[in-house]
Parts: sequence; C-alpha cells; structure tokens
Amino acid sequence: MRAPPALSASAPRNWSRDSVSALSRSASSSSSATAAAAGMSASSAFSDEKGGSASEPEYGHDPASGGIFSSDYKRHDDLKEMLDSNKDSLKLEAMKRIVAMIARGKNTSDLFPAVVKNVACKNIEVKKLVYVYLVRYAEEQQDLALLSISTFQRGLKDPNQLIRASALRVLSSIRVTIIVPIMMLAIKEAASDMSPYVRKTAAHAIPKLHSLDPEQKDQLIEVIEKLLSDKTTLVAGSVVMAFEEVCPDRIDLIHKNYRKLCNLLIDVEEWGQVVIINMLTRYARTQFLNPNVNESLLEENSEKAFYASDDEEDEDKKAEAASVVKRKPYVMDPDHRLLLRNTKPLLQSRNAAVVMAVAQLYFHLAPKAEVGIIAKALVRLMRSHSEVQYVVLQNVATMTIKRRGMFEPYLKSFYIRSTDPTQIKILKLEVLTNLANETNISTILREFQTYIKSMDKDFVAASIQAIGRCATNIGEVRDTCLNGLVQLLSNRDELVVAESVVVIKKLLQMQPEQHSDIIKHMAKLIDNIQVPMARASILWLIGEYCEHVPKIAPDVLRKMAKSFNNEEDIVKLQIINLAAKLYLTNSKQTKLLTQYVLNLAKYDQNYDIRDRARFIRQLIVPTDKSGALNKYAKKLFLALKPAPVLESPFKDRDHFQLGSLSHLLNAKAGGYQELPNWPESAPDPSVRNVEIPDWSKCSSRKDRKEKKVEKPFYSDSEGESGPTESADSESDSGSGSASASGSDESGSGSESEESGEETESEEEDDDEEEQKKKRKKLDKTKAKKPAEESAESEQSSSAEDRKSVRKVVKNQKSASESESESESSESEDESEEESEEESESDTSNIRKKKTPVSKQPPKQSKKESKKETQEMSLLDLDDFEPAPASASVTPVNFLSSSLVSDLEGLSLTDAILGPTTIAPSGAIKMYELLHRIKGEGLAVDYCFSRQPFSPDPNMVAVQIQFTNNTNSEIKNLHIEDPRLQSGRRIREFAEIEMLAVGDSVTVMMGIDFCDSTQAANFQLCTHTRKFFASIQPPVGELMTPAFLTENDFKKEQGKLMGMNEILEKLTLGEKCVNEHVIVERVTATANLSRVPCGSDKECSTPPPPPSVPVYRFAGKTVSSGCLVLVTVTTKEGGGAQLTVNCEKMVIGTMLVKDLVLALSQ
Amino acid sequence: MIHSLFLINTAGDLFLEKHWKSVISRSVCDYFFEAREKAVEPDNVPPVIPTPHHYLITIYREKIFFVSVIQTEVPPLFVIEFLHRVAETFQDYFGECSETTIKDNVVIVYELLEEMLDNGFPLATESNILKELIRPPTILRSMVNTITGSSNVGETLPTGQLSSIPWRRAGVKYTNNEAYFDVVEEIDAILDKSGTTVFAEIQGVIDACVKLSGMPDLTLSFMNPRLLDDVSFHPCVRYKRWESERVISFIPPDGNFQLMSYHISAQNLVAIPIYVKQNISFFETGSSGRLDITVGPKQTMGKTVECLVVTIHMPKVVLSANLNATQGTYNYDPVTKILLWDIGKLNPQKLPNLKGSLSLQSGAPKPEENPSLNIDLKIQQLAISGLKVNRLDMYGEKYKPFKGVKYVTKAGKFQVRT
Repeated sequence: MRAPPALSASAPRNWSRDSVSALSRSASSSSSATAAAAGMSASSAFSDEKGGSASEPEYGHDPASGGIFSSDYKRHDDLKEMLDSNKDSLKLEAMKRIVAMIARGKNTSDLFPAVVKNVACKNIEVKKLVYVYLVRYAEEQQDLALLSISTFQRGLKDPNQLIRASALRVLSSIRVTIIVPIMMLAIKEAASDMSPYVRKTAAHAIPKLHSLDPEQKDQLIEVIEKLLSDKTTLVAGSVVMAFEEVCPDRIDLIHKNYRKLCNLLIDVEEWGQVVIINMLTRYARTQFLNPNVNESLLEENSEKAFYASDDEEDEDKKAEAASVVKRKPYVMDPDHRLLLRNTKPLLQSRNAAVVMAVAQLYFHLAPKAEVGIIAKALVRLMRSHSEVQYVVLQNVATMTIKRRGMFEPYLKSFYIRSTDPTQIKILKLEVLTNLANETNISTILREFQTYIKSMDKDFVAASIQAIGRCATNIGEVRDTCLNGLVQLLSNRDELVVAESVVVIKKLLQMQPEQHSDIIKHMAKLIDNIQVPMARASILWLIGEYCEHVPKIAPDVLRKMAKSFNNEEDIVKLQIINLAAKLYLTNSKQTKLLTQYVLNLAKYDQNYDIRDRARFIRQLIVPTDKSGALNKYAKKLFLALKPAPVLESPFKDRDHFQLGSLSHLLNAKAGGYQELPNWPESAPDPSVRNVEIPDWSKCSSRKDRKEKKVEKPFYSDSEGESGPTESADSESDSGSGSASASGSDESGSGSESEESGEETESEEEDDDEEEQKKKRKKLDKTKAKKPAEESAESEQSSSAEDRKSVRKVVKNQKSASESESESESSESEDESEEESEEESESDTSNIRKKKTPVSKQPPKQSKKESKKETQEMSLLDLDDFEPAPASASVTPVNFLSSSLVSDLEGLSLTDAILGPTTIAPSGAIKMYELLHRIKGEGLAVDYCFSRQPFSPDPNMVAVQIQFTNNTNSEIKNLHIEDPRLQSGRRIREFAEIEMLAVGDSVTVMMGIDFCDSTQAANFQLCTHTRKFFASIQPPVGELMTPAFLTENDFKKEQGKLMGMNEILEKLTLGEKCVNEHVIVERVTATANLSRVPCGSDKECSTPPPPPSVPVYRFAGKTVSSGCLVLVTVTTKEGGGAQLTVNCEKMVIGTMLVKDLVLALSQ
Repeated sequence: MIHSLFLINTAGDLFLEKHWKSVISRSVCDYFFEAREKAVEPDNVPPVIPTPHHYLITIYREKIFFVSVIQTEVPPLFVIEFLHRVAETFQDYFGECSETTIKDNVVIVYELLEEMLDNGFPLATESNILKELIRPPTILRSMVNTITGSSNVGETLPTGQLSSIPWRRAGVKYTNNEAYFDVVEEIDAILDKSGTTVFAEIQGVIDACVKLSGMPDLTLSFMNPRLLDDVSFHPCVRYKRWESERVISFIPPDGNFQLMSYHISAQNLVAIPIYVKQNISFFETGSSGRLDITVGPKQTMGKTVECLVVTIHMPKVVLSANLNATQGTYNYDPVTKILLWDIGKLNPQKLPNLKGSLSLQSGAPKPEENPSLNIDLKIQQLAISGLKVNRLDMYGEKYKPFKGVKYVTKAGKFQVRT
C-alpha cells in the first residue's frame, strides 16, 4: 500500500535533477565562455560557479548520470585551455576557479595534468594555487604528481629561504609514497639549513613523513634530536610538536634540552608554548619528586591519629611519625623550580590554550601552596567565548574536587545567568556544588533557590540534584534542604516535582526515622505524579519504610494494584517490591493484594516482570516445596540498605591530564599519552647538564644555594672560573651579593626582548654553570662513584680528570684555594673543549659578541683631569721598562734588576715614543671596548700598555682611546657605577669634559684585577647615554717583568716545584725557527722579561749543552707580586718543552695554555 | 592536529571545506548535524563531539559553525582558540565574518587557511604577518588585479616571521603618526529582586589603534595601576616591566589590536550606574499579566547614561504585550518571546517608565517564574573603575605622534532578577 506514493514522490525528483543538470550544462558553458573572454575576478567566478552548476556534486557522485560526463569534460576543457595559455592572468583565473571548486568539495581531479604543468609558473600566486591543488590531489594521482617533484627539488636549492621553505612544505605535503627517500633527504638537509624558518619547516615536515611511512621513524628521530638542540624560538615549538607525534616516549631526548626549552618558552609563539608546556608536564612527572609527598603523608597520619583509639595503633602512629620526621625534608629540584618559574608569566597570555596549559602544569606539578595562583587566570577565561568557558569549566570542576580552597574566593564568578547556554549552566552548577561547604552553603542555597525558578527545565532538574548533593555532603543543612525540596513537591511543574522526589528518596535513606511525615506526604503525591521515575521512587520509599507508615502503605498498594496494568515497567517492578515487603511485614492485610499483583505480573508482557513475580512468589509465599531461602525472606527484603553516595561525575577525572581531550571526554582519546606517576626516588638530575665551554657565568640560584651549604670553596671558584672561555662579564657578579644576582635575573628578562639569541646563550650559560656546580658537588660527595651513567665516555673521563685535580687541590691550603679550584675548572674546561664539537672559534665569537653587552660595571674612584692624564702618560714613559722581548734589546744580564730599571729609565726618557711603538711588534694589541655602531658614534678601544701604573703599582695600566665619530660633540665622558668582585679596584681616568667631532683622545686607567682574568665591568657615560663596558685582561697582562739572573731564576725555580710547576710538551709552529721569534712570541703573549742565559760565566752549574737552547723568562704578578717563571727548551725536530713555575696555579695553567697556543702557531 | 575544517551555516549547508592532511569525507559532519538537532539552540551544541573515528570540535560564531575534525589527542582549547583566531582573521580581512563574504573571497580564504595551518599545526596566525603574505582585498586592488592579472600574494617572506617581534610588519610608514587607546570597561552584575547587588565586577580592555612609522617602542603608564587585579596582555607587552614597574612597555603591532584586558580587584566596590524598579506579575485568572518598569540613575559620576536598552525573555505563555512607554520604543516579538525596550538617553528629571498589560495563552497555568531583565547601557568618557592613563611615551623614533585616550563604560552581562 505504501509503495506507490513513495515511487511517485521519487520520480519527479529524478526528473527534476535531470532538468537542472541539463540547464546547468548550458549555463556553465556560457559562464565559462564569458570567464575565458573577460577574465573575471575570483569572487564573480565563485558565484557564477555556484549558479552555473548547482547540481554538479550530484552527478559527480552519481555514476548513473554518466551521460553528463561529456559536458563536464567540455566545461573543464576550457579551464584546461586557460591553463595552457601563456597569459598569467588567464592561468590565475582558471586556478582561482579550480580552488573555488575544491573549496566546495567538488572533484576536479581530471584537471590534474593541466594543472601540474604550471607548477613551474613564474607568477607566485598561480604557483601557490597550484600547490594548493597538488597537495589536495597528488595522493590520488601519484604518477602524474611525480612530474612536479623536480621543480621542488630545484626549489630546495634556491638561495631564497622563502622558496626553500615552501618547496619543502609542498614536497612533504604531497602524500606519495614513492618519494619518501627524497623527502627524507630534503628534511635532513633542511634541518641544517642556515635559515631558522627553513629549519622550522623541516620540523613540520617530520610528522608528515612519519605518517606517510612509519618505517622512517629511526631516521626521523635523529633529525628531531638534531633540531631539538636548535636554539631559536622559531624552531622550538615545531620540533616539540614533531617529537610528540613521532616519538613521545623518547623522553631521554629532552634531558639535554630541558633547560633551554624552559628558558626559551616565553619567547616561543603561542601555539608552540602549548605543545611544549604539555610535553614538559609529562617530562617533569618522570624526572622530579612529588612536591606534595611529605604533606600527603602527614595528612594521612594526622587523620589516622584522629580516629585512632587503642594504644597499639598509637604506637604504630609514633613509629610512622618518626619515619616521617626521619624522612629527608623535600627539596625541590632546581630544574623543577625553573619550570614552574618560567611558565608562571604565561598565565597572563591572551591565548586561552596557553593559560590552560600552564594551569594544568601547576595543578599536576606544583606544591600545594602554589597551585592557587592559577585560579585567577582560569576565572578570567570565563569571560571568553562559550566554547572556551565550556572547556575551562570542565577542568575547573575536576580541580575543585581536589583543591576546593583554590576557587572559593571566586565563588560568585560561577553564579549563573539566565542567558547562559544550558551546558554552561550545568557545569557552573557542578562547580558551585563542589565548592559548597559549611560557611558558604547558605549563600549557595539562596542562589540555588533562584535557579529552581528558571524556565530552563533541564537546568532546574540539575539544580535540584545539586541541592541533594549539598545536603548529603553537608550534614548541617540536610534538614533545610529536605524541607525546601518537600516544598518543591507542590510545584506546578511535574518535572520539578519528579526530580525532587528522586532526590528526597535518596536523602531520606540516610535518616528515615525522623521523616515519616514526609513519607506520608509523598504517598499522597502518588495520585498526581505521572513521571515514572518519581512514582517508582515513592513506591520504593513506602515499601522500604512501611513500618513507619503502617496505615498508608497497604492503601497505596491497593491503589497501585488497581492501576498496575497501565504503569511503566519500572513502576511495575516497584509495585511488586512493595507488595512483597508488605506481605512480609503485614501479611494479614495484604496477603490477597499481593497474590493479586503477583498474578497480574505473571502475565505481563515484559519478561523481567514475569521473572520477578515468579521469583518473589517462590521466595515469600511459603509452600511445601519452597526452599531454605524462605525463612530468610524477611532478611533479604528488609535488609538495611546503605544510603547512596551522591558523587560528582568529575570525581577522579584528574587521572587524565587536565586540559586534554581525553579529560574532557572522560575517555582515552587516540594518541593520548598517560600522565606518569611521580617516581619513588628522583632519577639522576645530572642528565640535564649540558656541556658547553662557555659557562663562566653563574646563576643566582646556584649561588644562593652554594652559600647555604657554606662552601666558599665553590663560590670562590665561581669568581675565578673559566678564564679562557669566559670573556663574559657576568661571572663577576657570581660571588657577589645575592642582590646582584637578583638583578641579573631581571636583567636577563628585559634583555630577552632585545634579542632572542643573546638571552638564550646567556641563560644557557647560567644553567651550565649550575650544572657544573652540581656535578662538582656530586662528584665530591660520592667521590668514588663513577660520574653518572649518563653521557658520553668523554664526559665521564673529563669528570674523572677533574676529580684528580681536585684532590691535588685539596691538599693545598688557604690562599691559593680559590685559584686552585678555578684551575681545576680550567682543566675541566680543556677537556670539555675537546669533547665538545663546538670549535674554539665559535666560543671566541660568543665572547666577542658578549663583551660589549656585559652588564656588571665595576667600581672606581674618580680623579685626574684630562691634562693630568696626558702628563701621566709622559711620566709613565719615564719609568717605562721595555719588555725585554725583542731579541735586539736583550737586557744586560749582570746588573741587578733595580739598576737595570734605572738605566732603562735613563736611556729612554728622551725617546718620545708611543707605547705601541716601543712594545714588541704585535705585543700591544688594541681591543674594542665599544664599537662605534653600538656606541652611537662613540668608538672606544683599549690596550694594555704594559707600563707600571704610577699612582698604584698594584694596578694594571689600561690605555683607553676614545674617538668621536658622531656629528656632535660628546661631553662629560666618565666612568660610572663600577661593580667589582671584592678586592678589586679601579682607578678611573679623569672625566673628559668634551670630545670634539672627529677627535680622539687617549687616557690611562688602572685596574687591580687581583690576579684574575675576570672582566672588569663598568658603565661608560656621556652626557646623554650610558654604555656597558667590560675589560678583560689576557693572563699575560696580569704580570710585570721581573729581572732575575739565571742563578736567581734557578733558585726561585727550585722553590716552586711540585704542584707549582707545570710541564707541557709542544711542537713549535713552522715560523718559530729561531730564537728571535720564540722570544718575541713569548713576550707578546705575556708581559715577561727574558732572563739572560748562555752567558754562563756567573753560573755555577755547567751550561746546558749548546744543542738544547733554553729560554727563560721571568715576571711577577701585578697585584700580589708572585713570581712567574717560564722556561722554554727547544729540541730537535721542532719539539719543545715549556715549563711554567708559579705559586698561583691558575695563572700558571692559563699562561701555559696561552703560550702553547702562541708558540705552536 | 587539525585534520580538516568544514564551514556550515545555520541552515545546515556545508559551504566550505579544507583539508590539511588526507581528505576526510564530509559525511563525518552527519554526527555534527545529529548533535545540532538535539541541541535545539545553536549555543547548546557541545563543542566537542566524539565520533567512532574522529572528534569534532566546533565553534559557533557569526551564524557559522566552524567544524574541525581531529583524529588524535589534542588540547581542545588549542583547537577552539585557533578556530576563533581564524574567524577573527576573516573579520579582519573582509570587514565581517559571514557566509557571503567568505564565499565572495573564497580564494583568499583558502590561501589564508593554507598559511595559517601546516599539516594541522598553526604556522602564521598574527594578522600583521598574514597581511604581508596575503594582502587583504580592497576594491581598488581587486580592480587592478583583474585588469593586470597581478596577484594579492606577497612575494617576500614577512620579516616579522623571522624577527623576535613577529607581530609587527616591517617598513611601516605613515604621514600622520597617531596612537589611540580606548579604555572600555564592562560591568558584569547580577541584581536581585530588591535591587541589591548579588554579584558585580568590572572587566576592562584597552583597545589600541596604533599607526606609527618605523619601530616605535611605547610605554603606557597609569595613574592608579593598583586597581588592576588580573591582567592579560597581547604578546607584545613586556611582562617583566609590568611585574616590576607596573607600566606597559611594548612595540605595538601595526593597526588595531587589543593591548590588554584586565579585571578590577574585588575589594573595590563596583558602582552600579542605574537602578531598576520593576513589577511583573501574572494573574491566576483571566490569563493576563501586568508589567511596570522604571529605570533611574544611581551612580553615574555626573555623566549621562546612553543607549539604554532593556531586554526581557518572556515565558512561553506570553502571547502579546500592550504597553505604554514614556520614553523610547518597545517591541515584543511573539516568536522569540523577547521584549525589547530601547530607551536611549536616560533623563534624570523624567524617569522612563514602561507600563501595561501582558496577555497570556488562555487555559495555560500562570508561569511560575518571572523573567529576568538584561540591561544594556553606555557611558561615554568614564571608566567606572576610576582607572586613568597617566602618559604615553615613545622611544626609538624621532617624530612626535598624535596621542589620544578615550574612556567608555558599558554594561556587560548586567542582569536584574525579578
């Protein structure tokens, strides 16, 4: 009967489709014709397209209308024509129309050959649209897609980074399996591209290739590892994303980059931040200890103590408490702290996803006391779009169960407005319920009261349930709630009443005795309420508590028996239950009724009901056959039932990582990474140490810690550390005050805005320094333990080295302590340098880059006017001691040093020579203090003039040359705000009142470096600007020549044996062929004088064999006057041995290094 | 991450699709349509819909559903936030984000989507960068493009992409250099029947329109920064400076952007600018009701309240309203059951009043509840919290810019319960 109308209905539809497509044929051909002729704009193309082919998707999907295909081809034919033309505008037009078709999901795959031809088109927009097309269809037309590959391969070599990147992007996006090797190669190459943008694209390509061919995983992990070590913010987010998709379980790859990622985080773009934070949350869960572990233990204990009564348990308690006390107090890993500290500012992000990511990180990782800060930010998100609110509320709901206190101050922010969407209302209600406690319950209940009047019935039902939950959780208000709910029973709306009944039933179960009134009231309601669930609830209640309402219950059963046939199934079941219970308690009155009900049920349509009736009859009605259970029937039916627990649906949801899709759905989504449990004991923290030579800077944190531990040994070393690598000024502040280091921190923050690169490296230094410290401590404590399973063997061997050095050092005492330590770090340095792939040139680059931006200005006292300084330099010339370097000026050997200096003074007073000219060639090198670009036209250079600084002999003289390259005069040039390590001093030059345009002026200043190569920092001020400047002396400039005879030399050398002697074998450089060159090299490197030798007339000992020429040099350090003795013994074949004897081992070691470098060149 | 995107209008037409990985059949949207049907109101469509093989994450904006398809675990907010960013970009490019404009500019939309996501991961979402990559359409340019065949795609890599300030494009030049800041504060409040405040807070934003040449470095300071309790910033703002000095230091993006949003600390009492006297009652018999609303000024700081609008969502049984307004006009829509009373300027001498009767569906029981009133208002030249901008300084460039600050107070979610 039904078939014909359906047929007739479908017939016209088919027909109409045909007619429409016929129409569209003409329309589309005309439209394309006009398009070809006029070259329409994209917009008109789209609308025409739409009008012209409204029915197209239908015949695209419907093979039955095959006849249409011809016209379809025809139409595309003219697109093909346009694509084949040599006019870019026509091609562009065609491409635009094709893209518009793709956008609407139409099939344009037949155009593939025509489109792919244009992949090499010059017009950049055509090209881009062709790319769009290719990425869409290449998968379907693999063979043809191969035609385009060569274009991309060419693009990969393009000098323009944009083209390289886009070529890689498209190449990796076309999903053609055959080109996997090409992609692999391209990715590898791009991963080491100069442009960070291309590297970023490479990172993006990794997951694409992985999804295309998972077998490449191992190779891709290598690329990921490489990119993870990238230091630009641009790459960081993308590569972590690739890591998460390809190998999220390879947590070991993160170790070395952990600190870098933490430090870069704030400068990474928003999306990258989200990915990195989520990954780091997981990482931290595997690497650090639970910050709340002690707390939770204590809590447990106190709870137990509260309930514990008998002595035994008490003793138990004591033992446990003792164990807690014994337990080492929790100390947060500094890396853990670093993560928390660096993510905190991101709570202020405008991006809700970032805020949520930080919030979940704090929730999962932070100590209880600190989690609270996220509440404010999350509440802020509630102002955002409703979708955002929805997700945030879900997470807040989970959080409120665990940490209710956190959101309590924001209770009112969760109040519900009538305009909120229902799903938001219900979530807010959930949060309000979770937040309810004794103090705020009255306000919350008042709020709920208004909600119950809402027009939104689903919401009202949820509100009533919420009231029920509040009532069960908070005993004080149970009666109030119950009364309120009972009042609702007279509500006009049935839904409200029904929901109330259900909730009341649950509440009554808790204390039925006191509420027979309510039960009576509800029994009356049964006549009016139609909602099955509510009826069932009432019946259950009456049955359960029939003893409290003995008169009413049988009557209710009577009524129900009457209407049994018309009830819903759940109601019927409850009627049977009620009957059974009444039969057991009051069989006199209800026997017949029960029989009747059971008979009705016996013939019910529903088998559940039939079964139940049969079962109950057997159980309660005593017959001869009835089994043993019969006598227990009363116990079975009238057992005391536990009250239901009203629980939040969000309970225990926090085993999913908050903010994740899985948490939202409360089900594991594909690809979800479980949040690991905290480890029992912390894994080795040293795995995160990064070895980079440039590490001299020290971090504030470390510093403080160091102090706490009271190991001046180490803190001193910080000051002295890394002489060669460190050119970097920050080291100064290291052992300085905590406040200085604090400012350091904020400084790095502000710097970060200036340039990403700089911050990075600096901050990294920070970390490395720290790690080093840690390692040292570690080494020391478990001295015998091999240095961590962790990294390469090289590293561990270097650690070993250090250890041995340190042992030696420890033997030595007092004064040289700091030096010795820094020496050990020096040697560490060396070994690191070897192990590190980074070349020296690299580090020196870093050094250069840093010197001008260094921040710690040293202290100085102002003196002398400009004129005076000039005089001074003249004066200086007076007692200038020529470095006895150049072989031609070999000093006379038989004179006492004082006499020599006298004579020298005489001989040279009239020589009006600049220090530069006097100094041995190349010995006086100009260093840059302030580049003229950086100094905005003011260029400052300095050199070590190697003259004694007359005002204070313990200072190193530094000659500074100012040049004014600006087009205005510079006034009031002076030094300000020098910040130095203790013991160091600066004697400033007098203020230069004016420096005319193009003029340059030279002044002298003295610095007491305290025999350390740490840079001296200060601010160079003009009348308008301040520049940071930093002077770092090479070790060779920290000494002045000393004049010794060969005998004296040997005597002194004899005193400085053992640890104070450093021997080094080396191969002399090609140019170091004669005496002259060697002497020149040595004196150029260090301010030493040559000890006359060979003139052995005075020597008591026989002269060394002539075949082994020995060169001796002597000097003493400027500030402490320690002797520095250098001996170079040459051997045949260009070999040589260098011996340095110096009480200060650091100086000695550094000097050896410098000299070896100089001599082997 | 994000696999595909479908745009669907309120009528249920799918008018644009874009795939970043393999193509996913549009039939996946059936799950969305199912949920849409169940939800009745578009607001109530759950943002996340699980399907057997995918997850759909949806936002509803400007009468368009942005339905994205996800295959694996991803933070839902990540996707939601991104979709909103897409919508904002469209708005930025085409003036409005509607089905028509998207269809009209489908090629640009496609190019934008291509640039914003790579393999499902966000690539360039800063409007300044996108505008360098793909120029926004203007009438002039589209004409020129049609004639010359030139393109609207930039040929160089935006410098911002590579620098540490990705939000600003390079080489900005203006003849008139100007920087305007709008301090907009919204009062969120719930008043109860008697007029007492249940809950009130002030949320503010500072919108900026900065048209300055070169690379200006701006510093904005407040007279009373202590007022600000919770802030969130555009990425350009240097957070450390704010932490230490309570000034906002930034290199601005070019053009319009939201500099910051803030929340006024809860200790400050919120001034409620108006009061509402209302009496809405329904009678048990005769299926009618009565309505009487009077609005008057309360704490307006001497300023005039403008654009005053009262909106009431009536219960379903209200068929029509026969009212009399002493000021402004009222309109009752019997389909949506919304009564809208547009008052305009509030005159303190003669308080506006709306009075009259409501007729109800006959036979239906009288509504249990009274509808709540939503109030909209605007006060020019006033930041209700008392926040004041102290000064704006510019560094890094030599010229002198025009500067301006404007204050507006609006009603946010301002509700009066009855």
